[in-house]
Amino acid sequence: MTRITPMLLLAIAAALIGSIMLGSVPLPLDRLLAALAFQSGPDDQLVVWQIRLPRALAAASVGAALGMSGAALQGLLRNPLAEPGILGVSATSALFATFVLYFGLAAAGPLVLPLAAVAGALTATLLVAAAAIRTRSVVTLILIGVGLSSFSAAIMALLMNLAPNPFSLADMINWMLGTVDNRSFDDLLFAAPFMAAGAAILLGSRRGLSALALGDEAAEGMGLDLRRQRLAVIVGAGLATGAAVALAGAIGFVGIVAPHLVRPFLRYDPARLLVPSAMLGALILMLADIGVRVLPTDSELKLGVVASLLGAPVFIWIAARRRLA
Amino acid sequence: MRLLEARSLGHAVAGRSLVRDATFAMDEGELVALIGPNGSGKTTLLRLALGLIPSDAGSAAIGGTPVKALSPVERARRIAYLPQARPLVWPQPVRDIVALGRFAYGAAIGRLSASDETAVSGAIAACRLEGFEERAADTLSGGELSRVHLARALAADTPLVVADEPVAALDPLYQHQTMQLFAGMAREGRSVLTVIHDLDLALRYATRILWMHEGRIVADGPPRETFTEQRLCEVFGISAKLRDNGGAIRLDIAGPA
Repeated sequence: MTRITPMLLLAIAAALIGSIMLGSVPLPLDRLLAALAFQSGPDDQLVVWQIRLPRALAAASVGAALGMSGAALQGLLRNPLAEPGILGVSATSALFATFVLYFGLAAAGPLVLPLAAVAGALTATLLVAAAAIRTRSVVTLILIGVGLSSFSAAIMALLMNLAPNPFSLADMINWMLGTVDNRSFDDLLFAAPFMAAGAAILLGSRRGLSALALGDEAAEGMGLDLRRQRLAVIVGAGLATGAAVALAGAIGFVGIVAPHLVRPFLRYDPARLLVPSAMLGALILMLADIGVRVLPTDSELKLGVVASLLGAPVFIWIAARRRLA
Repeated sequence: MRLLEARSLGHAVAGRSLVRDATFAMDEGELVALIGPNGSGKTTLLRLALGLIPSDAGSAAIGGTPVKALSPVERARRIAYLPQARPLVWPQPVRDIVALGRFAYGAAIGRLSASDETAVSGAIAACRLEGFEERAADTLSGGELSRVHLARALAADTPLVVADEPVAALDPLYQHQTMQLFAGMAREGRSVLTVIHDLDLALRYATRILWMHEGRIVADGPPRETFTEQRLCEVFGISAKLRDNGGAIRLDIAGPA
């Protein structure tokens, strides 16, 4: 039953090794180990420590953040098709990042872009959280999220429409497609605290997600503080998702598909789902990122594109096979 | 100390008064049936009394503590509440759903203490769900699901159970078994407050009847004293005959009045 956790852990370890070995220059295991231990030539060390390891870890942490946020939001909203960006966090985060690219501010420093993305995520999170304090209805929250997403998308379209030159337009589009290419340990270190804080909040409130399976009214009667539970999930998922968008841009479907695939192994318990969902999310994005690098295409495929190509059919399959209500 | 006490509760939505000046109390060892026609305010009254929605007027207290001062966990340890709407999203096994009844005691699914296990097994047995423990929720019939939700409420082992139409989906056998289960709990000193539409069941098993009509409690007393042909006509708009059948009163509904 819970054997899925060690199995996922093993698969993640294998994927991590694979993602360091595979790439434009294949690195056999002995050279890989030597480079990891700083016992090899500078070239191998550069490839491992500066390029492949941070990239693999970025894919893993983005997948984990999205997988856990998706699982928590699906539990809160009681809908298997809820995704991490459903409350408008991803779109607002992307909008702030697009602003930075539009005005060419990204050149001012390596952290300007992720800072803007996180600021956008926090803004959306605060707006939705403020609404959650006032309203009793989760549908209201979803509608606010949809509104935020649409508004952000509209302004992003406007910015692209008015893009000052083809380069900034290309920057915006590339960023929006989502990738972990060229990510460094500095990028990871910037995103890590937000992801860790979000994950800690989600894990701390996960027991309430089980209670919500029986509906808001029954859950409240069973002793759940509905308002606190909603705030915890909104803030936790907002932080983790925002950090993921800051690190890799917009990457869809992982947050929907990962929870869905592990759910049957956890007896459909929304609480125990969080950690395995995070692990499967990490695994999916690591594998997709290996695929992106190994596929012989003229220009490298973007991770977000591959994730969507794989994820969208699974999404339809989930929607068609829904068992209850 | 009273398990539940409502004083002059009132609630209005958009200028329409749903509950007005409702006063009642629950003591130990009672099986109280809350009856009234559709839209008479029964569910709203239960929510007000439990503090799930704020009252516009009056106050409610659970075990002597005002509901406003009770945390959700403290309330859940004193009263188990079974709402009328029972949505289920995930096809969880029956045992896991019943185990949620232990939420207020810090239990999580798959992590139950010995006393949690005892309470869950007891509730499953009381609702005659043995053999269903590992069945997925989406493979059950409506009546079977109703019993799962009831077992969830009973697993909390509270002094008072408040149930909104717990027998509505059940077949006659389980309707009687459930009411007998409630009556047995009342004899042991626990109490049940239940909304019920089957007047015959209310008449047969309840120790007291709360009659609701247009948001007000219009009568409160033992079935024998409050069941009159005139009240049935006024409250429900039905023409019915009451027959004394060797000590037990039986109800004979002829049709609309």
